[in-house]
Parts: sequence; C-alpha cells; structure tokens
Amino acid sequence: MLFKVFAKDELPKLFDLLAANPVIAPVQKGVDQHGVPLFDFDVVHDFADLRLDYTSTIHSAKRYFLPYAETLATFTVDKGGWEKQVDLNIDRRQVLFGLHACDINALNKLDKVLVQSAYPNPFYAAKRRNMFIIGLQCTPRPQCFCRSMGTDFALHGFDMFLTDLGDSYFAEILSAAAFQFMARIVTREPGHDDHERYKAVVAEKNGRFQAKVDSSDLTKILDMEFESPAWKAWGDKCLSCGTCANVCPTCYCYGVEENVDLDLTGAVKTRRLHSCNLIDFAVVAGGHNFRPHSHARLKYRYYHKHRGFVEAFEEALCVGCGRCGEACLAGITVPAVIASVREGG
Amino acid sequence: MENRLPFIDVLGGPGGRRREDFTSFEYTLPAEITSLYALTPTETLYQIRIIDPTARQRFTFQPGQFVMLELPGIGEAPFSISSSPVRHGDIELCIRRVGNLTNFLARLTRGARVGLSGPFGTHFPVEEMVGQDILLLAGGLGIVPLRSPLSAVLENRSNYGRVDIMYGARNPAELLFTYQYEEWRRFDINLAITVDQAGPGWQGPVGLITEVLKERLGQAGSLATGTCAIVCGPPVMFRFVCDLLTRAGLPPQKMFVSLERRMHCGRGKCCRCNIGSTYTCLDGPVFDYWSVMNLKEAI
Ligand SMILES: Cc1cc2nc3c(=O)[nH]c(=O)nc-3n(C[C@H](O)[C@H](O)[C@H](O)COP(=O)(O)OP(=O)(O)OC[C@H]3O[C@@H](n4cnc5c(N)ncnc54)[C@H](O)[C@@H]3O)c2cc1C
Ligand code: SF4
Ligand code: SF4
Ligand code: FES
Repeated sequence: MLFKVFAKDELPKLFDLLAANPVIAPVQKGVDQHGVPLFDFDVVHDFADLRLDYTSTIHSAKRYFLPYAETLATFTVDKGGWEKQVDLNIDRRQVLFGLHACDINALNKLDKVLVQSAYPNPFYAAKRRNMFIIGLQCTPRPQCFCRSMGTDFALHGFDMFLTDLGDSYFAEILSAAAFQFMARIVTREPGHDDHERYKAVVAEKNGRFQAKVDSSDLTKILDMEFESPAWKAWGDKCLSCGTCANVCPTCYCYGVEENVDLDLTGAVKTRRLHSCNLIDFAVVAGGHNFRPHSHARLKYRYYHKHRGFVEAFEEALCVGCGRCGEACLAGITVPAVIASVREGG
Repeated sequence: MENRLPFIDVLGGPGGRRREDFTSFEYTLPAEITSLYALTPTETLYQIRIIDPTARQRFTFQPGQFVMLELPGIGEAPFSISSSPVRHGDIELCIRRVGNLTNFLARLTRGARVGLSGPFGTHFPVEEMVGQDILLLAGGLGIVPLRSPLSAVLENRSNYGRVDIMYGARNPAELLFTYQYEEWRRFDINLAITVDQAGPGWQGPVGLITEVLKERLGQAGSLATGTCAIVCGPPVMFRFVCDLLTRAGLPPQKMFVSLERRMHCGRGKCCRCNIGSTYTCLDGPVFDYWSVMNLKEAI
C-alpha cells in the first residue's frame, strides 16, 4: 500500500483535475427542525460546494449505481415483429468524492451479489467499473454501528482514501489512476509523525462509537427466534412505507415493468427499486401473497440482510450506517430490532 | 496525462472476457410461437421455437427448469418448460391466463414473436433416479412442470421401475393433457386421476390427491426402498403429500418439489423470489424436501 501526505490547500487542486469528469460528492441540502445541517450526494462543479465535514447523507449514493428507475431496454415494434435495444446507461467515468468507509463497503457487498455471482448484472457492473472513488475517514455519529458490522474501515473497492490530520490529509493510494493524479499535486512521503497522527485520529474515531449490534451467532438466533413476538411488535409499528430500503446503501431488490409507447411503435422496460416492506413484494399470480403481514415482511428484510447474505457471503448485507433508523417514521432501528429479537421478545 | 478518466466498456466488445456472462442478462433470444392450442378455456399450450438455429441447438435444459418469456411493453414472466429436453430450443409451454402478459399471450396468433431467456433454476435429477420407482404427484397446474421429467422417463422407460402419476384437479373440465393419458398408460405408467368435484360423465374417483396416494401406499402404508417422488402443486398440497410420503418412509432427499414465487429476473438479482433468504430462481424452483425443511416460510 502506498501512502502520501499533502497540505489541505492541495485538495481543491486535486478536485479541479478530477472535475474533468462528473464529480459526485456530499453537499448540504438544508437544515432540520433543530438547525442541524442535512447532507446528500449530488453532482458538484465547484470545490466550495463540497462538504467534506458531512456526518452522513440522507440517501446513500445509490442512485448513481442503482438508479431508482432505470431503462433496461427499449423496443421498436412493427408489424413484422420487434427489436430490442439494451443500453447500460453509462458512457463516462464518474468520480465519487468523499465516500465514507461504510458506503464503500456497501459497494463491495453489492459487488459480491451483483457482479461476482451467476448472471452478473451488466447495468450495475458498468457503473461500478466506471467509478473513481475517493474515500474519506468519517466522524462516527451516535447511531452509527458500522463497527459492529466490521465495515468501519474499507480495505478495497476505492482508488484513494483520505484521513484528515488537521492541517493535511493522509492519503492511502490504491489504484494507478489515483497515483497519477497524486503526482500532479504537491505531496510528500509520510514520516513517523504522520503515522502517529494518523493512528491518533483513528483511535479518536474508534472511541466515538456508541450504537452496537451483537451479531455473534445471529444466523442461528434468527432461526430460533423466527416466531418471536418481537417481530409482531415491530411489524405493528412498521408503516410498510419502504423508506428504509430507499435510503439504504445495500438494498438492491427491484421490480420490472413494461410500457407500450403511446404511438404503439415502441415499448420501454423499466427496472424500479422495490422494497420488501411494500405489501405487493411477494404477491404471485392468482393474488396469493406469501407475506401478507407487515411483520412477515419486516422479518424478511432482516433475514435477507443478517442471515441469507451471511450464509452466502460470510458477511451481513448491512454496513451499519444507521440511515434506515434515522429515516423511519416509526422509529425502527436495526440495533433495537436485533437486540429485542436476541432477547426473544 | 488526460484529466478525463478513460471509459471502461464492461462488455469489452466482441470476444470481451466477460461478455458472455454479462449478455446473459437482458439480452433475450428472439423466438417465435409456432402454434397455440387451447387445452381448456384458461390454459393454452404454446409451441415456441428460438429462431436462430444455432442458438436453438445450443439451448439445452434439464427437466424442471424454467424460461423467462417476454413480450415488449406487456411483461416478462417465468414459465416451466413442459417439453422434453431432447427438443432443445423448440419448447412447449402451458400457460394459464391470470393477468396482463398471460392474457395477451392467449390472444396472439401463430408466428408471433416473443423473447426467451434461460433456462434457469434447478432441475429434477431424473438421471439419478435410474433404476428406481418414481411417484409423480401433481395438483392443478403442477402437471405442467411434471411433463418434462415425465417425457425424459418415457424416452428411457426401461431405465426406471414402477412409475405412478397421481394427478388431481378441481373438476374434470380443468384436467390438462387429457389427450396424452392413453399414451402414458401405453408406456406402462400407472395413472390415477382424481377431481375435487365430479362433473357430467365423470366416472373416476372424487376426492383429494392424498386419498389416491393413500391407496397407492396400501395397507402397509409404506413405499419400497428405492422410490423417488416428484411433487408439484399448490402449497397446501405439498404439506399433506410430503407428510404422507415421509410417514411412508421416503427420505427427504428423495422427494422433490417445485416451488413458485414471484420473479422479476430469474437470475438471483431482484430478490422477489426469495424464501426466507434463498433464491427460488437459483437454488430452486426444484428443491429436495430436506432443503424445504430447512427453509423458513417455504410451504
Ligand atoms: C418457476 C415458475 C414457473 C412457472 N411456470 C408456469 C407455467 O408453466 N405455466 C403458468 O401458467 N404459469 C407459470 N408460472 C406462473 C407465471 O409466472 C405467472 O402466472 C405470470 O407471472 C403471470 O403474469 P401476468 O403478467 O399474466 O400477470 P400480472 O398481470 O402481472 O399479474 C397477475 C398476478 O401475477 C403476479 N405476478 C406478476 N408478475 C409475476 C412474476 N414475474 N412472477 C410471478 N408472479 C407474478 C402478480 O402479482 C399478480 O398477482 C410459473 C411461475 C414460476 C415462478
Ligand atoms: S421499518 Fe420504518 S422505514 Fe421501513 S417500511 Fe417500516 S416504517 Fe417504513
Ligand atoms: S440496513 Fe440500515 S443501517 Fe444497515 S446498511 Fe441499510 S440503511 Fe444502513
Ligand atoms: S427472480 Fe429475481 S432473484 Fe429470483
């Protein structure tokens, strides 16, 4: 691994070099009722708009690699038959500037199921392969439980990772492209002091975690507690609104719909992200719903993330970013749900 | 150095390293409906052929697998292949009208173009059943996926021992493939048909398929060792039939069921088909009963 250190005023220069490509980065979108700033990812043209001090974003950066609605194919239809055109909907590299470790790990998890699996999804793969990612060390909030999920540090899946050392940035360089960009700003080799400062920053970060999820032996416990009254209690609170899936960086479930153009000469096939909490998720022909109750759907979401994915990939499909808990109008959070299920009700 | 990062084409052009992997997604095979035949007022039998002869020959499947069939602007849905694997990409589908796509399909005429992809999913291990007795139990539309393993058995009839088909429908008018019953019997297959409600002219038994199965199990209530069962039908049927078979001594790994779930991709990507956390499209639709016993919310 290659490390460099550079002064903070070099960062705008790096940004300007990268701005030849579309840059997606955290910006402030407003303030909540307590005056606390609200952040989200957006396309940024000016370094001044960037908010590298962001805590977390309302939504993950998902819409840049798993758009909420995406055209999978278009059809031209005429009397003789029809032709299908598939477009992967990406024609350039995109820079993601300032992703926290949890969001990078979310991408790494999605890679496993969407690319490193049977029938890799070319729509996701094309966008993922065309990302240039600059990671950024975060300051954990009280609701962050990435540490419990083992996603508080990113080992791969990015080009470069920055840690704020006060007057300078400590950079971890993972890709050749990142190395070439770094060669064009003023950097220096880190010394013993920089290493010590880096370790101090990380130690300070580690001391900030408050929320915890005990995931030890969770796959088994989830099976034992399949009938736990806790599920029913959470299900009664759940509004089946799907907001949790909407903001989640790892939720990728979808539905497909097809529509005929008004002039009947064409048709469009659209993939829309769906949520397993929505009532029609598992309805089949004949009207039978395999999960008619909100508690069954909520339980399924936890099953998929904390059991099924673990069995398949030896890790959970949750990075502990806390977004779902924050966005949920019913106040349903992952740490609370898992703790109550572990207790057996 | 260019500030603009070079674009990476994941398909990599013709011959790209992972091109074939990636183009198995969304890039459907053009196919043609060569004939339609109404089996009942709600079920139609379709002969569908992949147009390109090379692709048709390359299309190989195992009994129990399914395809995704697409009509532009109307929809895409999973259907079990009902024909014999020796026919390759010249397949037979039997489809019930239930919604958008299936009603639209029934109004098409010979020569209509559809898109096919697949085959997907797990299959009934008919090769591993060689030398054994086979029980095929179907309820309603469940006879459709059973016809594919059945034709594989018929093509090599001497490889198998006693073969029983037990098929239940709601009423005689809903029985499918009536024209084939004599043929099946000619292949030395014991065919027992039952209906929930008799209709005009019905002379056969009336009652649930479990009654027919109990009769087959006889006084002893047990099965010869070296028996396999394939069960397809509505969820309630699985429970009763599999319970009976278990009590008759059939080990769970010799009982196979085909499950149905909602599917939007067939490729382990949309999660709509998940049972607990298992993909019905990848790990199923054919499961042995042991796997089903380990699945929460399966049947
Ligand atoms: C592995 C498998 C094999 C199948 N084999 C056959 C078969 O051989 N013959 C047959 O007639 N049917 C079969 N089905 C069922 C068939 O897929 C549905 O009847 C079909 O999806 C209905 O589509 P539609 O557009 O006509 O209905 P829609 O108008 O879409 O809706 C009708 C109902 O179907 C449900 N539905 C919609 N899309 C899907 C979908 N993709 N998968 C499941 N349900 C859906 C809706 O929730 C609704 O309740 C099979 C299903 C599976 C999973
Ligand atoms: S858990 Fe919360 S956000 Fe998710 S569906 Fe239920 S009410 Fe909506
Ligand atoms: S489930 Fe919640 S905490 Fe876990 S990754 Fe998704 S949004 Fe973040
Ligand atoms: S049908 Fe999409 S995951 Fe199984």
